[in-house]
Amino acid sequence: MALDLDFSFLTPDIVKHNLVPAFEYSLQLTVVAAVCGTALGTLIALMRLSSQAWLQRIATIYVDLLRSIPLVMVILWFFLLIPSSFYAFIGGSFGEAHRPELAAVITFTFFEAAYYSEIMRAGIQSVSRGQTFAGYAVGMTYAQCMRLIVLPQAFRNMLPVLLTQTIVLFQDTSLVYAIGAYDWLKGFQTVGQLYNRPSEMYLLAAVCYFVVSFSLSMLVRRLQAKIQIIR
Amino acid sequence: MSNLLAQIKDSATLMCTSIDDPTVYPSCFAGKGDMTYLQWMIHGWGWTLLVALVALVIALALGLVIGVMRTLPNKWAVLFGEAWTEVFRNVPVLVQLFIWANVLPELFPALKQVSYAALACIGLGLFTSARVAQQVKAGIGTIPKGQRYAGLAMGLTLAQTYRYVLLPVGLRVVLPTLTSESMNIIKNSSVAYAISVTELIWTAIQAGEQASAHSTMYFVASVFYVISALTINRLSVLIERRTRFAGAMGGK
Repeated sequence: MALDLDFSFLTPDIVKHNLVPAFEYSLQLTVVAAVCGTALGTLIALMRLSSQAWLQRIATIYVDLLRSIPLVMVILWFFLLIPSSFYAFIGGSFGEAHRPELAAVITFTFFEAAYYSEIMRAGIQSVSRGQTFAGYAVGMTYAQCMRLIVLPQAFRNMLPVLLTQTIVLFQDTSLVYAIGAYDWLKGFQTVGQLYNRPSEMYLLAAVCYFVVSFSLSMLVRRLQAKIQIIR
Repeated sequence: MSNLLAQIKDSATLMCTSIDDPTVYPSCFAGKGDMTYLQWMIHGWGWTLLVALVALVIALALGLVIGVMRTLPNKWAVLFGEAWTEVFRNVPVLVQLFIWANVLPELFPALKQVSYAALACIGLGLFTSARVAQQVKAGIGTIPKGQRYAGLAMGLTLAQTYRYVLLPVGLRVVLPTLTSESMNIIKNSSVAYAISVTELIWTAIQAGEQASAHSTMYFVASVFYVISALTINRLSVLIERRTRFAGAMGGK
């Protein structure tokens, strides 16, 4: 037992300047990727369930491909392939200075869409067909049927699963390590290197990620219990 | 179009080139003492599969024990099992690997002798064991409570009830989900590159730097990952078919 932990170097100032902004970035990345990923994922799910064979095929290839390649690989690919002019285009000089951070947002949106689409597909299929037929029978178009009848129920049925996947997504944001984006983990690492206390900072990182993920999953569990009563 | 074709041809030639000098091997495989880029990438693929396999064995063994503990009629065993699952599930795998590589060797000097690849196997194995435990618990949970009581009422000990009544059914139920876990473990093993295990991602980055051809190496690595995923997918269909219960959906 040669490990003597010393957290005395960790002043509120360091926390405020290094860890809080890093946490905010991880959170932003999670929220943006979750919202945009769910939207894109729903679209892909609708494509997979459409009657057009070519739409089905494109969606299936997209989902299967992204689900068989590790996230780290996908992050590296996107960072390599996004042209550098793109960052200035969407973010001006801010975008130029924050390339890895922006690339991560784009990557996670497209990557998570594949996973969210599988959840949404199950959600859409959990709504009985009779409801769609009823919608058509009262003269609704396909779009109206989906928007007003099927998708709201699919979302509600799948909300706990979507949120659980989002917690996984939050943990996975640490993988932007691969392209050097300044996320929460990078914040811990930077402080650890700065004060030559890597062990303390890695342990603190583990505790912090645990607290956030665990409390979120507790909340999801509660929500699940609530939703089950409504149904 | 011809530009793209030329690029593909260049990439193919690069893969058959020695990593030390500009020699191009027509067979794409160099003899002893030399190595082509393709061989280097295959070497990385081998490490990916090896790390994943060892981690999977650890995960299955530990996950089985922890999953069973969570169903035992003992408060402390259940609590331990739950704590184990929550800890390993709620800390990112990358953070866990950094702790295995950087923190624990400080705590236990004996670990300094252990290679990073072995530490990655342990770390990945423990991470996945939490997920396996979750599924084992769910599998045993699908069995009606009456079977457990029937076993105990017949005079079987608790261990015998698990051995002869609960586990044979429970494990058969979870086996298909476990194959998807083995696909996850191959994907998650890519994280081991961060502690310099020479697996596929690490090799792709190194080879990409050395040959100034990142996209070629990423492409080859991605193809290897897709091949691995497809193979496991085929296997899982096979396993699912073999383990289906008579009377269950699609079973004979």
